[in-house]
Amino acid sequence: MPLTPTARVSLSLIALALVCLSLGDFEISTHAPWQALGRLFMGLVQPDLSRVDFLGEAILRTLAFAFVGVGLGAAAGFLLALAFQHLWVRTFCAFIRAIHELFWALIFLQSFGLHPITGVLAIAIPYAGIFAKVYAEILDETDPEPARTLPHRAGRFSALLYSRISQAWPHLASYTSYRLECGLRSSAVIGFVGMPTLGFHLAGAFAQGHYNTVGALLILFYLLIGTLRYWVRPRLLPLYLIVAPFCLGTGLPIMWSNVSRFFTHDIIPAPLRQGEGIEGLLPWLGELMLNQALPGIWNTLLLTQIALALTGILAMALFPLISRHFTGKLSGTCGHVILVVMRATPEYLLAFILLQLWGPSMLPAVVALALHNGGIIAHLVGRRSNTIQLRQDAPKGINRYAYEIAPRVYGPFMGLLFYRWEIIMRETAILGILGIATLGFYVDSAIQEIRFDRAMLLILITALLNIGVDILARRLRAHLRLRHSINRKHC
Amino acid sequence: MTTALPIFALKNAVADYGEVRVLGPLNLSLAPGEHLALVGKSGAGKSSLLAVMYDHWHTQDAALMPQDLGLVANLSVFHNVYMGRLDRHPWWRNLLTLAHPLKGDIAEIDALLTQLGIPEKCWTPCGELSGGQRQRVAAARVLYQQGRILLADEPVSALDGPQAESVIRALLATYSMSVLAMHDLDLALHFCTRVVGIQDGVIAVDAPSRTLTTADLMPLY
Repeated sequence: MPLTPTARVSLSLIALALVCLSLGDFEISTHAPWQALGRLFMGLVQPDLSRVDFLGEAILRTLAFAFVGVGLGAAAGFLLALAFQHLWVRTFCAFIRAIHELFWALIFLQSFGLHPITGVLAIAIPYAGIFAKVYAEILDETDPEPARTLPHRAGRFSALLYSRISQAWPHLASYTSYRLECGLRSSAVIGFVGMPTLGFHLAGAFAQGHYNTVGALLILFYLLIGTLRYWVRPRLLPLYLIVAPFCLGTGLPIMWSNVSRFFTHDIIPAPLRQGEGIEGLLPWLGELMLNQALPGIWNTLLLTQIALALTGILAMALFPLISRHFTGKLSGTCGHVILVVMRATPEYLLAFILLQLWGPSMLPAVVALALHNGGIIAHLVGRRSNTIQLRQDAPKGINRYAYEIAPRVYGPFMGLLFYRWEIIMRETAILGILGIATLGFYVDSAIQEIRFDRAMLLILITALLNIGVDILARRLRAHLRLRHSINRKHC
Repeated sequence: MTTALPIFALKNAVADYGEVRVLGPLNLSLAPGEHLALVGKSGAGKSSLLAVMYDHWHTQDAALMPQDLGLVANLSVFHNVYMGRLDRHPWWRNLLTLAHPLKGDIAEIDALLTQLGIPEKCWTPCGELSGGQRQRVAAARVLYQQGRILLADEPVSALDGPQAESVIRALLATYSMSVLAMHDLDLALHFCTRVVGIQDGVIAVDAPSRTLTTADLMPLY
């Protein structure tokens, strides 16, 4: 039996992950990992909801940063989308979205300090890059005919508004509301580097061993995301956007001298700053590449490949939880809850928790990445499987899975997995901040040592790596003919 | 009960689509060795009747060949045919076959594909086949299944004259009893022993095919 191209690519990815597995470090180093897990579980069962001020502030700030950041990102992204036919705009957008919001937060923390603008920009900038790309694709998908039939002298803006935007509006709105959910997760996560959002309070509660507070924070966060569609109404949105900027808190004042020094002095490579010129720059670059960039890239790739394979396995194993071909009403609802919790938990938060429980190694990172991304893909594949009509005499149980459903959803599944490849890599790099030796670890160390020039260069390398993986994934999708219609090119 | 009912029988069978009754109530039974052709214009209720039959008789080893074939586009022709016997093997053997088909199964399925004129397509994904080829794969699947009765909805609609006849011959040689929904009246009269005409969800004609001509069936349309 000849292997299909899809089977060959799948087996290669698994084989590669197994090789990576043998090269990585996967030890549980804490004394009582299961005891800690038990305490966390007890915290979730008996959350301490009594500290209203504390919880209220964490939730309010998380919401405020999400709304302002996503709002600004959407506005900027929309303007960029209108100019997306220019190569430089596309390149610019690819670049700003290749840098994770936590890296942006680290950059702005060094310049603006703990001012709300740091958190807002950290979310708004990468989101603008993503919004620009997707908005442009959605606008491209609209029917060009109405624009052609408009009066010749209709202004460009009116023409756009009445032809393209009005057609695309439902898709633009639904995508934006989906990104708002992502924005809530990003907002929670930038708390881990000092913004006053959920992550900040969670890290504090963990450090003090207040598991009941941790439980309360997590449950509130799930409730917030789970009920999103009930309280985010199109009519209420303007109100939220107006109020949110006033709920960001004050933070610390911006020291403008710091800002200008950061951008004109601190991030210039040290040899250039000290007037050593190119002769000084090359050894500096060589040393940085050899001792930090290359090990960082190596570990990032290792971890990404393992996490990618595990994500895929988990997604294919879990999608039946919400597929009507395998579940009843009650078990389907339980499946939904499981997948919602999995995908609502940001990888960074999950990795942080698992790291507290198991100690530093690649294990918490891989598990966190696979759980979060596996939950997302399982949800999408499960929904896809629900559109399949089976013949009347279709088999049941494992035969139904292996012969009827899995082959039919496998193509879309691979497409989704490749799409998440770049996202998994971006997250892998960022998990380094938690102490796993990926690129983020070296970025964070450079910042701790106040060597911002090195940090900036490492962030640049991370961005290029992400762009490279994105191109590779797109090639593979085309090779396997998994191309979605949404990626249609300009004619 | 005084008289033994035949095994394959429907009594006051109905089919509803939402609030609307699309079929029945109707009574129908098949004698051993009977090959029944279901005729009638599209929308008359032939497919609904086949669905009801499968509902009643699936525990008695009925084999189904639906109109849209129900093939899995991403699986090879071999695996689609093999699916006819999924219920006869333990799950682990079926999983194994997915990754590594056994020699005996390949030989058996290859013989069927040769008989139907598509032996070279054994490892081609079904999604890459033409309509006529796909229909022959679906036929191979029920031939492989070897149930006690065949329920087929337009089994040769995508095949031309000689091919259609050879596929029907193969189906009727394997199954001693069958119900075939057909739109080609000449084929129906020639190959089946009995013709049932459906009109507005009820039986309008029911007679041995040797007593009928195509002209007798025209009022149905």
